[in-house]
Amino acid sequence: MSAELASGAAFYAWLGVLLCGLGLFAFVVHRHLLRRLLAFNIMGSGSFLLLVGLAQDGRGPDPVPQALVLTGIVVAVASTALALVIFRRWHRVSGESTLPEDV
Amino acid sequence: MKPRLSTLLAAIASLIVTAALAFAVLERPAPAENLPQRVSQHIAEAGAAHPITAVLLDFRSVDTLLEVAVLLVAVVVALALREAQPDGPDRMGLDNPLLRAVMSWLLPLLLLVSAYLLWAGATRPGGAFQAGAVLAAAGVLLRLAGVRLGGFAGTAGATRLRLLLVLGPAVFVAVGIGTQLGGRAFLDYPPALAGGLILVIELALTLSIALALLSLFRLAPPQSDVEHLGERRRRPRQ
Repeated sequence: MSAELASGAAFYAWLGVLLCGLGLFAFVVHRHLLRRLLAFNIMGSGSFLLLVGLAQDGRGPDPVPQALVLTGIVVAVASTALALVIFRRWHRVSGESTLPEDV
Repeated sequence: MKPRLSTLLAAIASLIVTAALAFAVLERPAPAENLPQRVSQHIAEAGAAHPITAVLLDFRSVDTLLEVAVLLVAVVVALALREAQPDGPDRMGLDNPLLRAVMSWLLPLLLLVSAYLLWAGATRPGGAFQAGAVLAAAGVLLRLAGVRLGGFAGTAGATRLRLLLVLGPAVFVAVGIGTQLGGRAFLDYPPALAGGLILVIELALTLSIALALLSLFRLAPPQSDVEHLGERRRRPRQ
């Protein structure tokens, strides 16, 4: 397995793992909803990279995960926009840019 | 002290998730099937020569249909949440003559690129999603340049907008039912018609995706000077 690590065949998958971890950290730490949305998007990009990167194992590009990620990107854009609409609504109603604490 | 602790906990949690993902990447089982090979074996039966388009609209077309449905749901929710009180004069248009001038150059180019991407999807990278995204970008730029899309104004325009939003998924489902009526499985195109059917579906999808993205943008108008409802509520009664 270390040979594979060194060869960098799954470079993008590793990048995806890193982005997922970073995104999760930022998502938990930040309270501002916009930052959370950005962190969530970074996590999403990480999972896309993971999906596409894992398929690159020497047999050429795999069209199946690529097609899934392609539609996934458009859905992610739409969900980001929806989150922004909801966020603006929340901001308009409450004047807050964070959600109330549970405890 | 409390924020420190929560940061530490978050760091530990995300490290654990990262480690778990890394473990999954390292110890992944070898795929049981060679998917690229299978796709290239069956590409001749699909209605598109490009593997990704073939996967999107032929081999896994039900997935694509559902993903377009997700887009539609997002727009429906945004429509339901849109500001009840009008935001006053439309301030979305930037008062920028340069943007207007550039738009008159860019708009034909964007439309051309969108149509090309749609057409090219059959044989090379491209397709409905990319074409729809480019078309939506053209709409967003138009909106920023202050051009109002009069066709979608008023009650009749709203109905037209909804009809066009539904057009993509509706055509998709209609083709699926049509294949079922023809005695085949849902969305299993007859080989002779596959190319044409995929093009029709992609054309409808392009319009719907572009309009979905554009209306999500339009449904979040700039914040007006109206004070927040919350502040109004919090203000002590005189």
